[in-house]
Amino acid sequence: MKSSPPTAARASLILCHACHLLVQAKSLPPGCKARCPRCGAKVYLRKPNSLARTWALTLAALILYIPANVLPVMTVVSLGHSEPDTILSGVKELIAANMWPIALLVFFASITVPVLKLISLTYLLLSVRLKSRWRPRDRTVLYRITEAVGRWSMIDIFMISILVALVRLGNIATIEAGPGAIAFASVVVITMFAAMSFDPRLIWDVVDNAEHEVP
Amino acid sequence: MANSEESLLACHDCDLLVRKPRLRTREKVVCSRCGAVLYSHKPDSVGRALNFSLASLIVFVLANAYPLLAFKLQGQVQLCDLISGVKELYRQGYWELAVLVFSVSILTPFLKITSLLYVLLPLRFNRRPWRLAYVFRCVETLHPWAMTEVFLLGIIVAIVKLRDIAIIVTGVGLYSFVALIVLMAAADAALEPHDIWEQVEVER
Ligand SMILES: [Zn+2]
Ligand SMILES: [Zn+2]
Repeated sequence: MKSSPPTAARASLILCHACHLLVQAKSLPPGCKARCPRCGAKVYLRKPNSLARTWALTLAALILYIPANVLPVMTVVSLGHSEPDTILSGVKELIAANMWPIALLVFFASITVPVLKLISLTYLLLSVRLKSRWRPRDRTVLYRITEAVGRWSMIDIFMISILVALVRLGNIATIEAGPGAIAFASVVVITMFAAMSFDPRLIWDVVDNAEHEVP
Repeated sequence: MANSEESLLACHDCDLLVRKPRLRTREKVVCSRCGAVLYSHKPDSVGRALNFSLASLIVFVLANAYPLLAFKLQGQVQLCDLISGVKELYRQGYWELAVLVFSVSILTPFLKITSLLYVLLPLRFNRRPWRLAYVFRCVETLHPWAMTEVFLLGIIVAIVKLRDIAIIVTGVGLYSFVALIVLMAAADAALEPHDIWEQVEVER
């Protein structure tokens, strides 16, 4: 590409994130309290403190990921015998019982998705930090996938809520939630916020600015 | 107010400015640089989304009124409603999980359906609801937090896990819940948010 592509930022336009109105940057009062004239949402050229916020949330999720996998997410108490289950042992049980499709689903949602989310958020953050110009379109797609799949990790939490409600037969069998479930749910919610606070336009700003400098 | 900015669209993912072409039915504008969908032309967006939202509200009530599942083991029967898991988590002392599960499986879907109805019903009859912009902004913010379809997979995994040790009977609540997921997805697919935003007057 010889000429730099037209972007909203270069045309002094700001896109309202809530209602998609293009707002003239000049028409807004200076300072950070600019609001969209159509929907009243705060408008900003890029999400505020995007990188710092996303880093903080990603690191918090990374730390919580350890208790989420080590602590039991639920405990099955049957005839006085109690058996704690972690995220991983839950998948192992499904495999041992030959329930392959469900085992794969749970493995994907509870193990693959959180790990891939943490890795891809870290990668996106580093690539912007290091001003990478490598395949911005693919990185944007990676961002969109990261943002879209996060919610599916909640499967395990919902499964636990159904199991504790169904299996409460006094001495015969009961299921109790475990502290690992809180840590795991926190990882899911925090990584969702992390993905929301990342601004994919930062990937393209690096590309656009580089093209601007070298005519 | 047909000034030049209004025929332009900006990509929310890469900031590229794209001129909005005249679209025929079911065509969409895709960002040429990053592939994001910027706008799609949907026929009778408001009317169709309204119908699906009304239907969603009905099945939402049914999904909450009837039990999802029954669990039978050694002569004992345990019923499970949509809210039962929340209550039991709270009783076991896991109030954080109870609040989270309640919010994403019941509260957010309910708020999303009702605020969508609040927006769409007057618009359908060419009236502008009070605080339209604010309410519709809430609808869009709530969107990622309504996790009904994920909840359904959680139910399925729970059924599979218990299948060998007990008898699981599915109830009217579960079928209503499945219908809720389908209808909410249909309402989302029918609605083009730009069509709503164009109804909001810009203060200048
Ligand atoms: Zn706006
Ligand atoms: Zn784009």
